[in-house]
Amino acid sequence: MPVIEARDVNFAYTDKTVLNNISVSIHEGEIVTLLGPNGSGKSTLLKLFMGLIRPKSGLVCLNGRDVAAFPQKELAREIAYVPQVHKSAFPYTVLDIILMGRMPHKTFFFRYSRDDMRIARSAMEKLSIAHLSGRPYTEISGGERQLTLIARALAQGPRVFVMDEPASGLDYGNQLRLLEQITVLSKEGYTFIKSTHSPEHALWIADRAVMIRGGEIIADGHCGNVVNSEMLFRLYDTKVKIVKLNGSLRVCIPEAFHPGPGCGPAVYDLPDTNAEGPTGAPTAKRQKQLQVMR
Amino acid sequence: MKTGLVIGSLAAGLLLAVLVSLMLGKYPVGVGDICSFFLWKLLNTRVNLSVDREVLENILLNIRLPRIVAAMFVGASLSISGASFQAMFINPLVSPGILGVLAGASFGAALAMVFSKSWFVVQSSCFVFGFIAVMTSMGVARLYRGNTVLLLILGGVISGALFTSLLSIVKYLADPYNQLPAIVYWLMGGLTLVDGNTLRNAAVPVLAGIALIVSLSGYLNVLSMGDEEARAMGVPVERVRFILIAVATMLSAVTVVLAGMVGWVGLIIPHMARMIVGPDNRVLVPVSALIGALYLVLVDDISRLAFTTEIPLGIITSLVGIPFFAAVLKRADRGWS
Repeated sequence: MPVIEARDVNFAYTDKTVLNNISVSIHEGEIVTLLGPNGSGKSTLLKLFMGLIRPKSGLVCLNGRDVAAFPQKELAREIAYVPQVHKSAFPYTVLDIILMGRMPHKTFFFRYSRDDMRIARSAMEKLSIAHLSGRPYTEISGGERQLTLIARALAQGPRVFVMDEPASGLDYGNQLRLLEQITVLSKEGYTFIKSTHSPEHALWIADRAVMIRGGEIIADGHCGNVVNSEMLFRLYDTKVKIVKLNGSLRVCIPEAFHPGPGCGPAVYDLPDTNAEGPTGAPTAKRQKQLQVMR
Repeated sequence: MKTGLVIGSLAAGLLLAVLVSLMLGKYPVGVGDICSFFLWKLLNTRVNLSVDREVLENILLNIRLPRIVAAMFVGASLSISGASFQAMFINPLVSPGILGVLAGASFGAALAMVFSKSWFVVQSSCFVFGFIAVMTSMGVARLYRGNTVLLLILGGVISGALFTSLLSIVKYLADPYNQLPAIVYWLMGGLTLVDGNTLRNAAVPVLAGIALIVSLSGYLNVLSMGDEEARAMGVPVERVRFILIAVATMLSAVTVVLAGMVGWVGLIIPHMARMIVGPDNRVLVPVSALIGALYLVLVDDISRLAFTTEIPLGIITSLVGIPFFAAVLKRADRGWS
């Protein structure tokens, strides 16, 4: 049985259709990446999964049960939301922020218990941020803030994590560390559904990519199969070459740019035979450029 | 623990301030007499007083104590609603008047002053219009089918402006010899008109309101992360926010009933509290209430005693609040997030 499932979901804000007959099912332990241009409906789909908005027609199910039928707290114990890195208006300590994750386990009038403290601390330890416990959330780095938000989601005790562009706002190193952290957690059986603007993030850690354009799923499958230059061109209207390095890691190389003089000489050029997709062979113009660079 | 120490010393400071305020006045009363008087009053023990018991009873119980208690109520209420609004609206520069409660309550009081001689009618109208103004701003927010923070604030701007202009109409229509000065003095804020009866009526809503906000203060942390996150953490955002706004509105309206317009307290006291105990609302809210109560007792002493005639309380809170605000603005330069 899928953990999360959308069946023929339609959604519209007032009269503007955002999602059109979306069906997708996600299984336990999967890392699913949503790819799509701005305004394609990625965030809307994530909000539907979270039960934050209701579909106009169709059904969103969590563990086989309609999300709308879940009491809010119960839903929050099953599925957690990791927002984009943000700045809090108030300098709460990292511990205060993580304790908020215990809300779905509390009664209306509540106090945090010793158990809540223990759970919050173990979430911090899992992400190796225990040393930040007393630091103000406003004064730690973006990467540390993202880890804090993940720890808060862990403290909620769910099996499913929904992340809306988790890497945006993070520097290059923190993006990579975030991806690593997601892989580690997914090995423990957690399910991740995340949206991203970087196809490489899908290639690197996701099992599955779901591509959305204009409110419709145009591809859904194993990343190695669907994240290719043809599909990326359909998604983003730009030519991208995907190259396999050392036989495993794949990277995207945009073809729209010609390297400027500041780039210096190429360190090495990739053999074109490894390039995938229909745009494999470099154009005559491009070959000339490569010669100039050499 | 640090929090316990802060709360303990603030409570002790408040008690001391109350005692000192009981002593101060045109007719000075010694600390010994005050203690003996209350021992007699509460425990019925035999005591020796250096002044006539009747006089003492009149000064302490009928004149000074109601005023001091009213000052504590007003200070605590304004600070606690300020702290809640700041968290709910995710902005440390918000004050209790954000949804128009103060404008509405002022209009209600002024309206009743023009059309009625009864003090009770004035107070009721003041209280009721405070609520009407907040309902107006929430209604405006709902009109655009949203309970979002931004829409609520825009609703508050509209509602506040509406009731401020209505207040101007009332002032313009008021009899310029008796009613207009009464309205103007009322709006300057002061505790001169407080009596035991009003205080008894105010005590239950004020104490219950404070207790309710303190017990729900854990939600303020989550609400200040934004609606979507709060909802994703299982918080029934609309319901909790509605309760908190209703209670904070009630508290603010009561302060106008008791003391007219007392500005800046609800804005600066939560700031002061945040500097001392940090932003965690579970601690910040009760500490704000204590500091607010202490602050207003002290300011009211100044207002009573600094000059031969009394200066309206609201003028002093503004004169103290503005420079303080200017000083903290540097630290709180973050806007809407």
